[in-house]
Amino acid sequence: MSILPPDMDEAGFAAFLTDLRGAVGEDWVWSSETDMFPYRDAFSPVWNTPEEIQASSAVAPADVAQVQEVVRIARRHRVPLHPISTGKNFGYGGASPNVQGSAVLDLKRLDRVIEVNAERNYCLVEPGVSYFDLYRHIQERGLKVMIDCPDPGWGSPVGNALDRGVGYTMPQFRDHFGAHCGMEVVLPDGELMRTGMGALPGADSWQEYPYGFGPDPSGLFAQGNFGVVTKMGFRLMPQPEYYRTGLIRVPRRRDLITLVSHVNYLSDSGMVSEVRFASPLSALLGNADFYALATKLGGPTDAEMDAAASAAGLHSWAIDLQFLGPAAATLAQWEYARDRILSDIPGAEALDGDHFALPATEVQLANDTQPYPSAIRRKGALGIPSLGIWEIVRDDGHVGFFPVLPRDGEAVFAMQRVLGDAQRQFPLPPYFSAVTAPLFWHSSTFQMVFAPSIRRSDPEHNAMVHRAMKHMVAVAAEHGWGDYRAAPIYQDDVAATYSFNGGSLRKFLEAMKDAVDPDGIIAPGRGGVWPARFREDGRA
Amino acid sequence: MKWLAISLPLPALVLTVSVAAQDENPQVAHGRQVFERHCAPCHGRGPGDDRSPMLSGTAALAEKYDGARPAALEDRSDLSAPVITLFVRRGSGAMPFFRASELSDADIAAIAAYLAESSAS
Repeated sequence: MSILPPDMDEAGFAAFLTDLRGAVGEDWVWSSETDMFPYRDAFSPVWNTPEEIQASSAVAPADVAQVQEVVRIARRHRVPLHPISTGKNFGYGGASPNVQGSAVLDLKRLDRVIEVNAERNYCLVEPGVSYFDLYRHIQERGLKVMIDCPDPGWGSPVGNALDRGVGYTMPQFRDHFGAHCGMEVVLPDGELMRTGMGALPGADSWQEYPYGFGPDPSGLFAQGNFGVVTKMGFRLMPQPEYYRTGLIRVPRRRDLITLVSHVNYLSDSGMVSEVRFASPLSALLGNADFYALATKLGGPTDAEMDAAASAAGLHSWAIDLQFLGPAAATLAQWEYARDRILSDIPGAEALDGDHFALPATEVQLANDTQPYPSAIRRKGALGIPSLGIWEIVRDDGHVGFFPVLPRDGEAVFAMQRVLGDAQRQFPLPPYFSAVTAPLFWHSSTFQMVFAPSIRRSDPEHNAMVHRAMKHMVAVAAEHGWGDYRAAPIYQDDVAATYSFNGGSLRKFLEAMKDAVDPDGIIAPGRGGVWPARFREDGRA
Repeated sequence: MKWLAISLPLPALVLTVSVAAQDENPQVAHGRQVFERHCAPCHGRGPGDDRSPMLSGTAALAEKYDGARPAALEDRSDLSAPVITLFVRRGSGAMPFFRASELSDADIAAIAAYLAESSAS
């Protein structure tokens, strides 16, 4: 039996599909179980359970006019649309919707790189363009700009930015939504809108001044459901001339606090690219005694950790620093960072890393020239798309909870303790322990990772993971740590934690949702924002 | 796979591919291009990133077959279009599914044609 859209019978569904085929052609509408299988969430922890949310159908328009027509058809039939770009949002729901029976609006065929401007350093792309596509476009034309690419590189710059994805280069570029500049949106009534300078006919600054005049609604379309983004501009970094790395290690556990403070200064001053924090003590987790210490209920004392580090002859923390720019500038910045930190943290030591002119050679890209083991993924650091990250995928995939925490060493220790204790009841690897280092993906905050694997043939394991995800989201929120991004099955849990003043934020968003999308056809429930039509039954 | 793994300056490789493709039948040439874009970043013959000896998909198949079959898809002569369709549309382990909007049935048939040729050569 086919999956039907909400409030619709077989005859109504058939009429809807007929209208879609009339708009985009017979070959670009799907509804059979076979065709819809790839639209399921490959990484779902609720696979084949009543909680799994599946689409009824999918439609792939070829251009903006067809997107507008599909939206009008959906509105006429009152069928929820779930827009996807390249559909690669694995770990965050893949292509699966928030409402059972939604029609996936598959934007893969909108795959034009409309412009890359290497003089003014921006691009304008459609949602079906992948990072691979954009990189190839730039390389084939010899353009001197660098993209900031997340892992893996088959995702869409538009889709990734709209889910507030992050990358690996300079701060102003690796916050992908923050680096966007101008968007075109098909609104729930099929109307076409452009934000910023795109709203001013004849303006040639759409990708250079994001605001235009008056309120800027672009934030509503990130993790939102107020329209379908059909074009998006991004600021690009001019191709740097040189790349340099350096490593700094500090001996004591509490040195992390001072180290973080220095890194904040370096990063916010624009001197460093992404910084990788790590604990050399992680190498000891295979030792049962150290494992017990690092995952101890309530956390170990600083003295216990320092004693373990001293006994092993290891430093407590390390940072990989990266510099992009002119050769002399990268050297001066490295020397400044090194001297600044070593003069302030007794016992700190520095190692010169790799350095070379860009573009990198094949050997340099292979990361064979780094003089010490490094957590930096070389291609990502240089804005080169890759699927190499897939080597970390275990079992049949994973789900992700990435709580946001302040860039403060004490906050890092607190999250280690609180979430380490919170996850103890689940038979999972220690995502939070006394050696867990913060990620510095977003430009001005830290995150940590909780990403348990799923197994499509092991419902008991998946159920445990599902419980663990909800538990971790709830415990983190009790301490002021919220998720930055979530799969549809967790979006209500996460949205509910952003509850200041009785949930005034969500009330405001839902009031707007009802006003601009009265039939609730654009991704109802996305971001925890439900239209009136689905509010009572849809919210988890 | 190399020009998708992008470990060499791209224009030179594009030229290489174009010249190599001139003598191919159109379906094989199309299959080569589709393979390079969609499959090779995980299933190519070359090394993986950051000193990994193999790309992720190739490494997974090396472990799965333990020498009984080639790990790199371009060395496999037993991958017909129906077999590839099964893996592409239904996935396998950590390999997710691919939709018809991104890989058509004709694309998959072309991949099969290309792999038949690449494994023979």
